Amino acid sequence: MAILSKDEAQTILKKVLSFAKADETEVNLGGSQSGNIRTARNAVSTAGEVSNLSLGVSSSFGKRTGNATINEFDDASLEKVVRRAEELARLAPENPEYMPLLGPATFKESIGFNNSTAAMTPDTRAEMVAKSLKVAKDAKLESAGFLQNSAGFRAMMNSKGLFAYNKSTDVSFSITVRNQEGTGSGYIDHSYNDVSKLDTLALTKIAANKAVTSAGAKAIEPGRYTVILEPLAASDMLGGIIRGFEQRTADEGRSFMSKKGGGTRLGERLFDEKVNIWSDPMNPDLPGSTWSGDGMPVDKTVWVENGVVKNLACSRFWAQKKGIQPLSGPGGGRFGGGGMIMGGGTASLEDLIKNTEKGILVTRFWYIRMVDQQTLVQTGLTRDGTYYIENGQIKFPVKNFRFNESPIIMLNNVEELGKPVRSGSSILPPMKIRDFTFTSLSDAI
Amino acid sequence: MKRRNFIGLAGMGAAGALLQGMPALGRTISEAEALVMRADAAAKKRMADVALQAARSKGATYTDVRIGRYLNQSVVTRDNRVQNVANTESYGIGIRVIANGSWGFAASEKMDNDSIAKTAALAVAIAKGNAKLLTEPVQLAPQKGYGEVSWKTPIEKNAFEIPVKEKVDLLLSVNDAALKGGANFINAALFMVNEQKYFASSDGSYIDQDIHRIWPTFTVTKTDKATGKFQTRDALSSPMGMGYEYMYALPEHKLTGGPTTLYKGRYDMLEDVQAATRQVAEKITAKSVEPGKYDLILDPTHLGLTIHESTGHPTELDRVLGYEANYAGTSFLTLDKWKTKKFNYGSKLVNIHADRLQPGSLGAVGYDDEGVKCGEWEIIKDGILVNYQTIRDQAHILGLPASQGCCYADSWDSIQFQRMPNVSLMPNTQTRSVADMIKGVKKGIYILGRGSYSIDQQRYNFQFGGQLFYEIKDGQIVGMLNDVAYQSNTQEFWNSMTDIADKNDFRLFGTFNDGKGQPSQSSAVSHGSSTAKFEGVNVINTARKI
Repeated sequence: MAILSKDEAQTILKKVLSFAKADETEVNLGGSQSGNIRTARNAVSTAGEVSNLSLGVSSSFGKRTGNATINEFDDASLEKVVRRAEELARLAPENPEYMPLLGPATFKESIGFNNSTAAMTPDTRAEMVAKSLKVAKDAKLESAGFLQNSAGFRAMMNSKGLFAYNKSTDVSFSITVRNQEGTGSGYIDHSYNDVSKLDTLALTKIAANKAVTSAGAKAIEPGRYTVILEPLAASDMLGGIIRGFEQRTADEGRSFMSKKGGGTRLGERLFDEKVNIWSDPMNPDLPGSTWSGDGMPVDKTVWVENGVVKNLACSRFWAQKKGIQPLSGPGGGRFGGGGMIMGGGTASLEDLIKNTEKGILVTRFWYIRMVDQQTLVQTGLTRDGTYYIENGQIKFPVKNFRFNESPIIMLNNVEELGKPVRSGSSILPPMKIRDFTFTSLSDAI
Repeated sequence: MKRRNFIGLAGMGAAGALLQGMPALGRTISEAEALVMRADAAAKKRMADVALQAARSKGATYTDVRIGRYLNQSVVTRDNRVQNVANTESYGIGIRVIANGSWGFAASEKMDNDSIAKTAALAVAIAKGNAKLLTEPVQLAPQKGYGEVSWKTPIEKNAFEIPVKEKVDLLLSVNDAALKGGANFINAALFMVNEQKYFASSDGSYIDQDIHRIWPTFTVTKTDKATGKFQTRDALSSPMGMGYEYMYALPEHKLTGGPTTLYKGRYDMLEDVQAATRQVAEKITAKSVEPGKYDLILDPTHLGLTIHESTGHPTELDRVLGYEANYAGTSFLTLDKWKTKKFNYGSKLVNIHADRLQPGSLGAVGYDDEGVKCGEWEIIKDGILVNYQTIRDQAHILGLPASQGCCYADSWDSIQFQRMPNVSLMPNTQTRSVADMIKGVKKGIYILGRGSYSIDQQRYNFQFGGQLFYEIKDGQIVGMLNDVAYQSNTQEFWNSMTDIADKNDFRLFGTFNDGKGQPSQSSAVSHGSSTAKFEGVNVINTARKI
């Protein structure tokens, strides 16, 4: 059984610590169970199930630390892994940034575990995928998809008495549907904590509809356009910026958060005032861990309020050096500390389209890569349904574009934000952005 | 180092991303344990025979067994300190079968006879389950058994035998040189891989292979407080299918005479970091490029990635057929284009070969992960698309009598599937130097190193950056440029190739971590080329104000 309860985990961790002789010892225990099924050409191509459980020991003598891991749990093995970590610690170089371990703390009970998601089997996965395949076959379209669910736990205990435990589940489903001529393509990708929210039939119908309606795309000139980004496109573009809300790289002058002349942009209005970004491990749609890897609590944190940068994450070492408070980052959702949440309004995607005189609707982006770390300019392409909007209506599909744009500039050009939904490891609204820079056309479908 | 430090490496850029995605990161072991053999070929043969027999008795019509031990070592430093030293081992058995016309696969890290037999039985049961949803039975190209054979990467120094201390000392001296030279920050790392792979099949092959790879790399950063600007320059090294000998460059491995020293087959990390430290300072004040059409002179340290993305990926047959439609993408090089035998992929100078033989390359093995002896074949001949990359269950689609040996799995517990072999651009058969090529350029840019890269899902439209950009005016290099990226369409780009240097300039570029498949698997592959010239390519200026 790879998912240990809090008590089971605590028993093992206590036993491991009883063997420890180092100045400080930290033990991490984690396990997961995950299953997947992959389809292509309207048939199942591969399916698999993976389970693992492993334990890691960090032993420190002064500022020297050694690590060892093991996946056997008899007493002799547990003692062996502690001895190996201690042996490696004695040989290790001193780490000038070593921070003493933290003592006991109370962490909120995480809400990330859903029994139905954890109970999924190869059969339930196959049934969900069969519904999806039928949509594509009936419509004489061609689909390729992937369904994956996971359940996991992690626990940590150290020689100063800190104990933390968390368990979580997640399920994700993505599917690409193309027409037989290869002239149209649609896609969806959704993740949930609770599998009962996943409707593979309805989602495949959305992708199938895009495969049909995106066929026969017309070429229009690249340039600056007002765009309406579906939440998936918004998350492709913005999901990564939260990692840049970090004190040390900003202080070091090598981040978009660095200020000309030195210092950081904390407290500055960096975005349009409609922009509010936070993270919250207790959000029911995107639950995360309530503690970080080094034993700090993870709480709801506001990163941007009305366009102003409110917080930068900071490690314990850097905080001590700068004389400020440490702050856990938002993590990446799932097993991390909860991903990026961006506020919005109540408008639906359709409402945003209705209010648009002239613009481009983007389903998703693809192959996004950083072009300039200084400005966060990224390049990538639209795909799987790009449409021209005129006078509040979708007029026709357009050929895919390559863009070069910075999420910082984008968030200064916000016209309207819709109702936020979860997309991948973020929660974001559909959004209308002016002056989005498309630089060339692509023949890809 | 703490586990949290290890996780914290994500902020380090390329090397950090690589660590996170590194395949087969198994249990942590000591430096010495990596050198202890887990099982000899005779013991592995006994285990494989247990699996082959168990699968056959359960109804498998074909079985292959992979017993794999995957060793990884990484040494990661930042400025004047060691961030992480990790030695890991992953060891287990993967069994793949065909039963009732379908594939089945199961894997286990338990290696006793009973567990092996149970794993084989599970693989057969999974194949029979999959057969219920079967649309087309597997057609496997014939493959003769080779009996008991072995292959080893021809290394001179096993990197795992070099003490970690020596590697730490090298990296810290590299960092010291950068900091003393005026850089503000440096991250430097060494990654080493040893795949000990045993393959056996019901065709009668028992193949023992010992494969080595190494990658030294760094990123130097320079900040300018007054303007708030910063720049980086990455190493011009290449990951290689070599031992630690890669780290010892002699004068014959160095190409000098250009704006920076380039390395052929060996690498001088200390010399490169000194150049990088000077160049990163120059980048801070370099002129921003004027957008427009330029002739591009692309060095192999840069062109390798363009080859990888625009030739390597679209000629993968599984992408062409739609098996990667939901993840890696499909391909514009559809079978109808190939069937015409005259699809004009590039200019007449464009000759691109696939191989898994090139000495020193990341893709070099004796046999692939389904027991096919490796070879070399043409993909693009005189500019025309003539072939793809296949494995045993795809060969019949192209009417080929045998697989081309492109099967790979990144671990014993991953299912093997079609992966890219080395794909290389052939050098000029006539004598041609880079210096002479530059002399003929009126308005151009000489680009070196791997930068930002992006390409669409069918491999038409791409955009590439680089590490170093030099402006060429009337046949002379006149200075450094900033904010350069070029955009093109694959077919248009390769048709604009009007010149290429000869074999003296031929070098290997490599990528350690090419992702494909769901769940994603990683593979390492090299791309050789000589410096080539592309005329009239669209260059954009990537600078923006925030």
